[in-house]
Amino acid sequence: MHPAPSVIVFTTLSGLGFGVLIWLGLGLPAVTGWTAFALFTIAYGLAVGGLMASTLHLGHPERALKAFSQWRSSWLSREGVCAVAALIVMAAYGAGLVFFDARLAPLGWLGAALSLATVVTTAMIYAQLRTVPRWHTPLTPALLLAISLAGGALLTGQVSAALVLLPIAGVLQVLWWVRGDMALATSGTDMATATGLGGIGTVRAFEPPHTGTNYLLREMVHLVGRKHALKLRIIAFALGYAAPVALILLPFSHALGALAVLSHLAGIAASRWLFFAEAEHVVGLYYGKR
Amino acid sequence: MTTLPAQTTRKLGLVIDLDTCVGCHACVIACKGWNTENYGAPLSDQDPYGADPSGTFLNRVHSYEVQPETGSAQLVHFPKSCLHCEDAPCVTVCPTGASYKRVEDGIVLVNETDCIGCGLCAWACPYGAREMDVAEGVMKKCTLCVDRIYNDNLPEDDREPACVRTCPAGARHFGDLADPESAVSRLVETRGGVDLMPEQGTKPVNQYLPPRPRDRLDHGPDHGPQTQATDAPVALDAKGFLGWLDRTLDKI
Repeated sequence: MHPAPSVIVFTTLSGLGFGVLIWLGLGLPAVTGWTAFALFTIAYGLAVGGLMASTLHLGHPERALKAFSQWRSSWLSREGVCAVAALIVMAAYGAGLVFFDARLAPLGWLGAALSLATVVTTAMIYAQLRTVPRWHTPLTPALLLAISLAGGALLTGQVSAALVLLPIAGVLQVLWWVRGDMALATSGTDMATATGLGGIGTVRAFEPPHTGTNYLLREMVHLVGRKHALKLRIIAFALGYAAPVALILLPFSHALGALAVLSHLAGIAASRWLFFAEAEHVVGLYYGKR
Repeated sequence: MTTLPAQTTRKLGLVIDLDTCVGCHACVIACKGWNTENYGAPLSDQDPYGADPSGTFLNRVHSYEVQPETGSAQLVHFPKSCLHCEDAPCVTVCPTGASYKRVEDGIVLVNETDCIGCGLCAWACPYGAREMDVAEGVMKKCTLCVDRIYNDNLPEDDREPACVRTCPAGARHFGDLADPESAVSRLVETRGGVDLMPEQGTKPVNQYLPPRPRDRLDHGPDHGPQTQATDAPVALDAKGFLGWLDRTLDKI
């Protein structure tokens, strides 16, 4: 799939932003006043910034409101509804903490649940797609949720939780990669089923429909960057999971904590680039590109 | 709502005969012509006369080489457009309700004024049937020429999809696949029509008729062992002048 920068920025930043909101909603840490203000600002900056970035790849962003209507069938619509609900509830909860020094715990729990639901619905947009075997697995929501919770714990200074969640996310990441590398081959979809000609013999793409490229090839048959996939996986794992664990095991300082968050964010961005760049859409079979 | 109808009254669709298609791409041109001038936004081209041309098409013809275990390879021309699936994954993923499947005839359509151009429906389609128009920023797809098939202003002959109407080989057929007595259903029955990517669970309405077994070039009744002749292009039993030439040249 085409690794559109807007979607990579969106899923990386929003994932972390809603992860932070989950922890804040649970009252971990139980902040008020200026500290709460700073943490909520960071969380909203990440979550809203990501959501804004995601609208950049729309053909008609001015119609985006219509996307809240189909929550009964569409994971993308559900994501929009959950995200807006989470942001509204957490804004009310955050205002209580910042301005009135009052913690409305049930409101925080609701906000945390909605933030969690946002992360899951985002993941389900990808996991639901049978056409992309690498994404079509329960491991996808598990991974994205683990990354979000681990990143949120890291940014809110929940060191003991981060020390458990980062390794869990790292293990899920490796499992997701290993499974993903076999996903297309074991999906049962190949050129024989795509063309229905497998009963006659071995099918080979002889001539594409046009000499030029097209939307399908640009969007879903992205081949660039697979060459460096292994190196990028090592970078993603080292920066995203291993380095933050090492950094928070050192004696605490705010600089090291910030470095751990930045390293994590860079690693997750690399992992998210691979998430798209390595994903094989079955339509590529029609073009003999798999 | 972008939920799918539990069932549709009719299942209008295409039957494409891979045995008959000659790969002329006339259906591609007829489709582009009709659909760029009629229903919805035009099908735009980018850099059409330049070095890197591309454009929106609702129907494209691929060509495949199929190599059986023994014998000659076959070339199969393979037109592909929206299959108007019963379980259309493109419809349920749509966040705005722009994509829908009609209850009355099963045609899958996009309401272009509701489409936000997110592209998720194109990701959900395994067949590459949906293309985002670069100029318009909305998703385009085969409408089964919904503005032809019910169009009382057209002569009755013309009330079928442009691709079917234009096909000079008669490789494309249009009809109701829910009616077991329809011409298309009988064709599918007789010729053993197949679903594309059945494992994707989309239950496509359009059916593909596989190529009939080819005459065996290498075992033709009158032509002798032609593959041997191809391997050894020299005639060993030449008579007359050529025979004399053959013998003379051998001696040199």
